[in-house]
Amino acid sequence: MKVSLFATCLSDALFPRVNEAMVRILARYGIVPDMPDAQTCCGQPAFNSGYFAEAKRAAKTLLAAFADSDFVVSPSGSCTYMVHHYETLFRDEPEWLDEVRRLKEKTWEFSSFLVNVLDIRDVGATFPARVTYHPSCHGSRLLGIREEPLALLSNVKGLQLVPLPMAEDCCGFGGTFAVKMGDISTAMVGEKADHVLETEAEVLVGLDMGCLMNIAGHLRHRGAPVRVMHLAELLDEGVRRA
Amino acid sequence: MLESGFPPCGMRFAETEVGGVTPEAHGTSADKGSVRQRAVRALADDFLRGAVKRTTERLRAGKKSASEDLGRWEDWRERGRQIRLHTIAHLDHYLRVFAENARANGAFVHFADDGAEAVRIALDIAAMRGAKTAVKSKSMVTEEIHLNAALASAGVEAVETDLGEHIIQLAGELPSHLIIPAIHKNREQVADLLSADAGKELPPDTAALAGYVRKKLRDKFLSAEIGVTGCNFAVAETGSVVIFENEGNARMVSTLPETQITFMGMERIVPSWADLEVMASLLPRSATGQRLTVYMSGISGPRRGDDLDGPEQLHIIIVDNGRSRQLGDPVFQELLNCIRCGACLNACPVYRHIGGHAYGGTYSGPIGAVLTPALTDHAGWNDIADASSLCGACYEACPVKIPLHDMLVELRRRKAEAGRSKPVEALAMKGFAAVMAAPSRYRRAIRLARVAVRPLSRDGGIRIRIGPFKAWNEQRIFPSLPEQTFRERYRTLEQELRAGLADLDEAVRHRTEERLMARLMARTVNRPGGMPDRMETEPEPDAERSGLPLDERMPGEMAATAIQDMTRSGMARDDGKPACNDGREGGQS
Repeated sequence: MKVSLFATCLSDALFPRVNEAMVRILARYGIVPDMPDAQTCCGQPAFNSGYFAEAKRAAKTLLAAFADSDFVVSPSGSCTYMVHHYETLFRDEPEWLDEVRRLKEKTWEFSSFLVNVLDIRDVGATFPARVTYHPSCHGSRLLGIREEPLALLSNVKGLQLVPLPMAEDCCGFGGTFAVKMGDISTAMVGEKADHVLETEAEVLVGLDMGCLMNIAGHLRHRGAPVRVMHLAELLDEGVRRA
Repeated sequence: MLESGFPPCGMRFAETEVGGVTPEAHGTSADKGSVRQRAVRALADDFLRGAVKRTTERLRAGKKSASEDLGRWEDWRERGRQIRLHTIAHLDHYLRVFAENARANGAFVHFADDGAEAVRIALDIAAMRGAKTAVKSKSMVTEEIHLNAALASAGVEAVETDLGEHIIQLAGELPSHLIIPAIHKNREQVADLLSADAGKELPPDTAALAGYVRKKLRDKFLSAEIGVTGCNFAVAETGSVVIFENEGNARMVSTLPETQITFMGMERIVPSWADLEVMASLLPRSATGQRLTVYMSGISGPRRGDDLDGPEQLHIIIVDNGRSRQLGDPVFQELLNCIRCGACLNACPVYRHIGGHAYGGTYSGPIGAVLTPALTDHAGWNDIADASSLCGACYEACPVKIPLHDMLVELRRRKAEAGRSKPVEALAMKGFAAVMAAPSRYRRAIRLARVAVRPLSRDGGIRIRIGPFKAWNEQRIFPSLPEQTFRERYRTLEQELRAGLADLDEAVRHRTEERLMARLMARTVNRPGGMPDRMETEPEPDAERSGLPLDERMPGEMAATAIQDMTRSGMARDDGKPACNDGREGGQS
């Protein structure tokens, strides 16, 4: 059985520790995924801006990389959603649709893979801290991943989960939106950060480094001492503390 | 009219006293800036942002509790979606049935290809009836075609009777929300407007201001020759026009004047009263959190026999103005499903921060961002579709499940493929594609980037505000690039993990094998597994459901052709020719 890692260009280049945490968790259950080097990027930045041809050039690296995989696991709800949306991207190239559907079937966001495929809700972690959770838009709304991260967090010993007010509101990242409509994006991340600070949480946790990078970048700019972590990082650190 | 303490449809007074910035052209049809420029202006208006935030949050909370109260909300949404998909796919049929039934009731039915024609028909009717004054209830389509200005230049005073619409009419502005047009005005601003109108000082007090408008409008209701209404839903089954409202002004408008003109966008049809019930369950809950609007009026013709009130003549103007262009479009046909509830506006974080006027058109928020380009065939190719982070909140909020987030991407795609994007962006995307198409190029690009930004990193972050970092670092700190990518690290890490590998956990092995088996089985019966994306089902034409006969036909595209035939042949048209004065027998052209 071949489990492969879809590292995402963002976490490959900027947040390797997130992928590292993810594979360490999986290794505890005897799964050491391979990471096919053919992969580059899911193509979402180009797709979201309406550049389908360009997006497909990136997407095809994923189709090639994971052709033989049984499961593909990713630390990003947003990139996973993009892969699940390839039918729209490839709708003018129907000869790819079969392969696209196969990839969709086998691609999972990390927390969803743990809970829905491996039926694991308790990784045996200890993390005594006041923590709040930001549900990224694509993962929660468009992939339906809502319960899984909460289930995993609820089983972490010592962790006090505090609800984030207006949690479902977008953080303002939206990929190129943050640059193209920077003023609106800044207003949105400002509002999100206000809500995070309202919770008085020590840690903000989430499933998507795009969102977390955005919120963390703004919190740092404001000098707020909130630690921002990906769920995989929190669980991995929690396992090593136990 | 506005009852104190009752949640009014048209009017919202702010709690704060902070006055807002009111740039001259902002919010009027004269404002020709870009969406981004208008957004920046709106972001500086603290009052506007506070008012919009408070109101949209209240409406969202209302929707949440009203939908939970109804129960099985997702089932209702799907039902609503199917009804709308079906109706639009067979729009020509239902319009024909509606027109026949409405005429049989004694109404005149006119079809207008575009806004100009709709206005011309209305002016002809006004001239024929010798009208000097028209009282209007809320109608977004009349805003779309700029009816009031046209009536005014023909010497007909058009008076908005919905309180929010009345206020923005006095201010000369476009509505800034689908349901609450004056959401951006505070009590002081309203008092100033009404005082100027009254010719005397009115206090910034809800009861006093509403009282003034009530008294003013009472005279207008009694003297107006024409009542202009919109139409929430036109029921094909009985040729009826259905209006939802809270203030009662639409009742006044449709009972007192001798002539009624009802405008409807051509997509505002439901096949039957049974289908209307679904819409009536979805719309008020989605719009304001009400279980029902205060008044729901079903109008099936002009005054008859023993009726104590009602117009002598009822004219229904069915407006196309770019709607039929969506039929047959694989992405935008679904846009016509919209029931104009405003839930997407209330859910949209961008709308919440910039308000309705920043969108620069009659319709704002997520629906406006798609509707305006679609109806105008992308006139101007502006940047309206860029004002979205594609978070999908609009799709989630929509009671008929319109995938607005996908439609926004499609707008961007059409703009890029029409060669209308900024050259810098198109070039950057080509660069992106070139780098991402080959892993070796991708790896090289990262190495180069690492070298380039290393001197800019300080304390784990990059803080410079030039070039690509400018927009981001205005209010954020960009993270430094680590010395190794994950894939570089994994070369050794993978070996380490395999060396120390425990055996595959039994339960895990079992579960993964189970899933692989299930996937193999599913593939043989051709059903994709994995996580659910949005539903992509084709609507089934359902001849039984509404009890009306249907041809077997291809939806969408044929409907478009049929409608064009219908309007061109003039068969559907109650022409500009004056109808015979004995309106009760007439209605046939």
